[in-house]
Amino acid sequence: MSQTHGSYGTAKLGMWLFLFTEIILFGGLFVLYAVYYYFHPQGFASASHELSLGFGTVNTLILLTSSLFVAASLSALQKGERRLTLLLLSGTILVALIFLVNKYFEWSEKFAHGIYPNGPAMPNLAPGEVVFFALYFVTTGLHGIHVLIGGVLLTVIAFGVRRGSIHQGDYVKLENSGLYWHLVDLIWIFIFPLYYLIL
Amino acid sequence: MEESIKAAGSDDRGFLGGERGLRSWIFSTDHKRIALLYLWSIMSFFLVGMTLGFLIRLELIAPGATIMGAQTYNALFTLHGVIMIFLFIIPVVPAVLGNFLLPLHIGAEDVAFPRLNLLSWWFYLIGALMALASLFTGGGPPDTGWTFYVPFSTQTTTNVTVAAWAVFVLGFSSILTGLNFLTTIHRLRATGVTWNRLPLFVWAIYATAWIQLLATPILGLTVALIAIERIFQIGLFDPARGGDPLMYQHLFWIYSHPAVYIMILPGMGIISEIIPTFSRRRIFGYWAIAVSSLAIAFAGSMVWSHHMLASGMSDMGVFVFSLLTFLVAIPSAVKVFNWLATLYKGTIWLAPPMLYALTFLVLFSIGGLTGLVVGSAGTAIHTHDTHFVVGHFHYVMFGGAIFAFFGGLHYWLPKIYGRMYNLRLATWAWGILTVGFNLLYFPMFILGMQGMPRRYYDYLPQYTTLNVVSTVGSWILIAGLLLMLWNLWRGSRSGPPAGMNPWGGRTLEWTIASPPPKENFPGEIVVSTDPYDYHTGEGHS
Repeated sequence: MSQTHGSYGTAKLGMWLFLFTEIILFGGLFVLYAVYYYFHPQGFASASHELSLGFGTVNTLILLTSSLFVAASLSALQKGERRLTLLLLSGTILVALIFLVNKYFEWSEKFAHGIYPNGPAMPNLAPGEVVFFALYFVTTGLHGIHVLIGGVLLTVIAFGVRRGSIHQGDYVKLENSGLYWHLVDLIWIFIFPLYYLIL
Repeated sequence: MEESIKAAGSDDRGFLGGERGLRSWIFSTDHKRIALLYLWSIMSFFLVGMTLGFLIRLELIAPGATIMGAQTYNALFTLHGVIMIFLFIIPVVPAVLGNFLLPLHIGAEDVAFPRLNLLSWWFYLIGALMALASLFTGGGPPDTGWTFYVPFSTQTTTNVTVAAWAVFVLGFSSILTGLNFLTTIHRLRATGVTWNRLPLFVWAIYATAWIQLLATPILGLTVALIAIERIFQIGLFDPARGGDPLMYQHLFWIYSHPAVYIMILPGMGIISEIIPTFSRRRIFGYWAIAVSSLAIAFAGSMVWSHHMLASGMSDMGVFVFSLLTFLVAIPSAVKVFNWLATLYKGTIWLAPPMLYALTFLVLFSIGGLTGLVVGSAGTAIHTHDTHFVVGHFHYVMFGGAIFAFFGGLHYWLPKIYGRMYNLRLATWAWGILTVGFNLLYFPMFILGMQGMPRRYYDYLPQYTTLNVVSTVGSWILIAGLLLMLWNLWRGSRSGPPAGMNPWGGRTLEWTIASPPPKENFPGEIVVSTDPYDYHTGEGHS
């Protein structure tokens, strides 16, 4: 690969294009949300009240903090502070894990009440509530997978920083992974109000 | 690595020479080798799809069960559709000719992300193998049709789940190719290759890449939802559980209608290259053709619901989508008229690539105009799910996109392999193919108008005559196809040397050796010529 192929601007453009595809992937689920909410406003409202606002709020704060960490880690790397970069990256990954653990407890609580696809509580719910929960599990599940992928990605990057292959002079891989992480965060910023807050 | 480049440079077999062996191909990041990986794998699946099509037509030669029963027939037309659409026609032009030509057309050494390009091929291969696996595992081959419509696709016992994941993986291949090409076109143009000096093929690939990038994720989501639905029964499309099957159709066509333009736009790009070369005329209306590609990509993304005119939408929805559908005809017609204007007073050479390009103009126009019949609200109801629709999309997809691709193969294979095929045989094959094509698909328009539905293995006796004509047409078509492929294959292996520029083309790939050297151009180049720099009255050498 010649220098032009690996150049900073090229890598950034490619990443931004990829982020478009992620937005559209989730966009399909938001379209389903919009249409089904239009069909079942009552069911959506009552099902939404079943979700734990506490879990949702804590997870929002967690993800926002993680985005702060990853942004700071990039600045640290640009200034050549490798140790601080690694510290901040570890912080991001740790916080991502806490998010997933929270999600596990949140889902478990729903499962315990028989609320899951084909679960025992589902036949007693109104169709609007059933489809709300179906969308809730698919959307937060897909988002959770993205958190997982992002966490793995940042771990690989952290090893690169440690090894020295990602450094002050060549940090686009960290920057792109950071962009991905911000996207995962951004999608949650839409999921949180739609499912937990506004109904 | 250094040595192999040197070896390739001194070898007159260009990128085909140098490193040998399977590993040097399936792990190559050279865009030209990847293009050939795609060519060989995609053409293999084309032959499978063609065989399935042959069997479908053979079943329809007489009413009743002729060579198979209903279930086998359902599986066959599903596989024919899945293979021809997802494994052949969507990837073929961007992945084969796009990969080969894009860097050459813009004076670059490779695409922006060569390793990602190789990964795309691997995604293609894995997706294709998964699609094949769905035939032999689980509850038997999928029988839903390539559209995977709910509720049948979530309830049938056949192996839809694996097929849906296969399409999901293939989607990655398509997205990454689009992403790669967009970045390449924006960032790697050589000095002097300005936006108004881009060959129109590149413009077409550019418009296509945007659709691949922006539409494919929705398909990924949709087929993933089908698979999730089958595994977990979440009921997202089940009315009893608050879902709506129409929403499946919307999501599916939000991708799958723009996908039609993924298939046809690169084909139109090929036509825009062939016509100026073989009529020795500067392309007429360069900007109109370039912009109409983008206009088709844009307008084509807003017409998906015309596939659902008979599905029970509101009258307002039917009206709006019908109207928008008619709008797509405008940029399409802009292209056709500009090509015709390019031909006007040109010095026309009826070489095989040109024959395919001219046939494209006729067949695509028939396909396009019958598209208006199925796209208008009133006539759509009459022709919906009849053989008229089958005739229409085969005229557009086969007569349009694939004839353009065949034209492209005849135009560029001498560049790719450095050897010329037999022109007389190629002309014969074209003639047989064209006669067979029209015999095969034209009767479908009449059958559809008379009310013969699609996707049935059986029909009423009054449809027999035209079905026999159509089936005989399929035999002629296949004879022409096989002759064409054999001639191209033999020509590529042992034809006479084609030389650097056998057709007198003006785009950059004709300025380098055939086959091109591994590094494409000798270092960084500066381009100061126009890709359609022909002078009036110029003859063919």
